[in-house]
Amino acid sequence: MERVINLVGQVGGIFTHSCRTAGGVFLLLADTIRTMFRYRLRWDQLLEQMYFIGIRSQVVVLTTGAFTGAVFAAQVWFQFKRFGMESAIGPTVSIAMCRELGPVLCSLLLAGRVGAAMAAELSSMKITEQVDALRALGVYPTEYLIVPRFLALVISAPVLTGMALVTGIGVGYFVAVQIFGVDGAYYWDNTIKYTDRKDVLIALIKAVIFGVIIAAIACHKGMNCPPGTAGVGKTTTEAVVNASLAVLITNFFLTVLLNAILYSN
Amino acid sequence: MLELINIRKSLGGQEVLRGVNLKVGPAEKVVVIGRSGCGKSVMLKHIMGLLKPDAGQVIFEGTQLTALGEEAWNPYRRKIGMLFQGAALFDSLSVFDNLAFPLREEGEKNEKVLREKVAEALKIVSLGGTEEKMPAELSGGMKKRAALARAIIRKPDLMMYDEPTTGLDPIVADSINRLILHLGKMFGMASIVVTHDMTSARMVGDRIAYLHEGKIYYEGTPEQVDRCEDPLVRDFVRGHAPGIDVTG
Ligand SMILES: Nc1ncnc2c1ncn2[C@@H]1O[C@H](COP(=O)(O)OP(=O)(O)OP(=O)(O)O)[C@@H](O)[C@H]1O
Ligand SMILES: [Mg+2]
Repeated sequence: MERVINLVGQVGGIFTHSCRTAGGVFLLLADTIRTMFRYRLRWDQLLEQMYFIGIRSQVVVLTTGAFTGAVFAAQVWFQFKRFGMESAIGPTVSIAMCRELGPVLCSLLLAGRVGAAMAAELSSMKITEQVDALRALGVYPTEYLIVPRFLALVISAPVLTGMALVTGIGVGYFVAVQIFGVDGAYYWDNTIKYTDRKDVLIALIKAVIFGVIIAAIACHKGMNCPPGTAGVGKTTTEAVVNASLAVLITNFFLTVLLNAILYSN
Repeated sequence: MLELINIRKSLGGQEVLRGVNLKVGPAEKVVVIGRSGCGKSVMLKHIMGLLKPDAGQVIFEGTQLTALGEEAWNPYRRKIGMLFQGAALFDSLSVFDNLAFPLREEGEKNEKVLREKVAEALKIVSLGGTEEKMPAELSGGMKKRAALARAIIRKPDLMMYDEPTTGLDPIVADSINRLILHLGKMFGMASIVVTHDMTSARMVGDRIAYLHEGKIYYEGTPEQVDRCEDPLVRDFVRGHAPGIDVTG
């Protein structure tokens, strides 16, 4: 009996903790958006963050896109050729890349690379009182630290996802046509014919929303770091794990929601 | 100028400040002493609005600040300078950019003016020529002095120093003490100096306040403190650990 009560207590504790964290993330998000409109944007900070997120993440994102496209094209070919459906490989690869693989994998990598960097940087500023020093100099930390990071990620995520899509679909074509000998013109025709503008739109909408989620979770974790160096490591890990899970979970609901909105008629 | 009324604050389940009352007049220099961990830094953070009191009031130049929200504090924060105990220089900025930061926030864009003002502030803390260094390349004492230069560069009305001479060699420490006196005289700057260094306390303080168990336990001029017969104050001032005798 006691054990059951303990367990219920623990589950309840985890539940309230999660609710409080989620609430904190939403408050930070609301504050960020409000701050964005109330202060002049710091272009130098934004450009610095864009450089780090947008430019420096390209290799990682393009590699992910390329190999996802390659392996997916290969798997689809293995299955589809048994039914003589080679002509459907192109659209299958491109639609899967657009709707799910591109935005989700790209965002997971951004959570790992950018989310971790944001959480680590902000939490070490927090524990060395640099955030307090900023406040003491009369600067609102949300405005100076969070808004540029947030904007940079929300702008970069769809651009990077778009690049991953193009690479993935291109490499998928190469694998199917050059390696497995599918008819190239046919493959390409079908890809264009069955890939809708809406599929690309889904990719970009998802990428923007995932960018918001990653930035909000990483910044929230960083700004609420417990004191001590151990706190920075823990905060960084938690930021990456939470952001990745949030991306995967949100993805399911987004898929359902976007399908309902975009294909309602 | 500044008045703290009955400030109470609990942190981490322990009541750190239990009703602090402190008054600082214009151009007055108040030294706050007290055992390590008694809440001196926490008290300074309340004056800056970095921590919000559980109860009590902070009144600065006639304005009640306690009720203000985070952003409404900012205009007042610009009139108060603070040297953090751990320096708190921005890691990602060079010494020059650290010092120029508060000036740029005030709207100063002229690079030449910035260069001049930064060079002057660095010279005051005997760090001339370190503009291009990054904080990680400075020693602990140098960081502290660079942070001091950043704090005073806007010539605040009230300057708070959290252990300004800890970790400095005696000569630089002496020059910092003189600097505190000088700033008071030149700009009529009021100061609150938190220190463990009694030489420094006697030298710069118009008044010395002893913080103990979350309250200002004793307050007086340096002469009064030196003559004070209260055992707690006496032991602190003379650096004597009560009831501990290891000489055998
Ligand atoms: N953010 C915090 N969370 C929990 N407890 C805190 C926090 N900041 C300070 N404390 C506690 O408040 C007390 C006072 O801390 P404070 O830093 O003000 O001491 P201090 O008087 O400045 O000491 P020192 O002379 O060593 O700098 C300490 O017991 C510390 O553990
Ligand atoms: Mg302290």
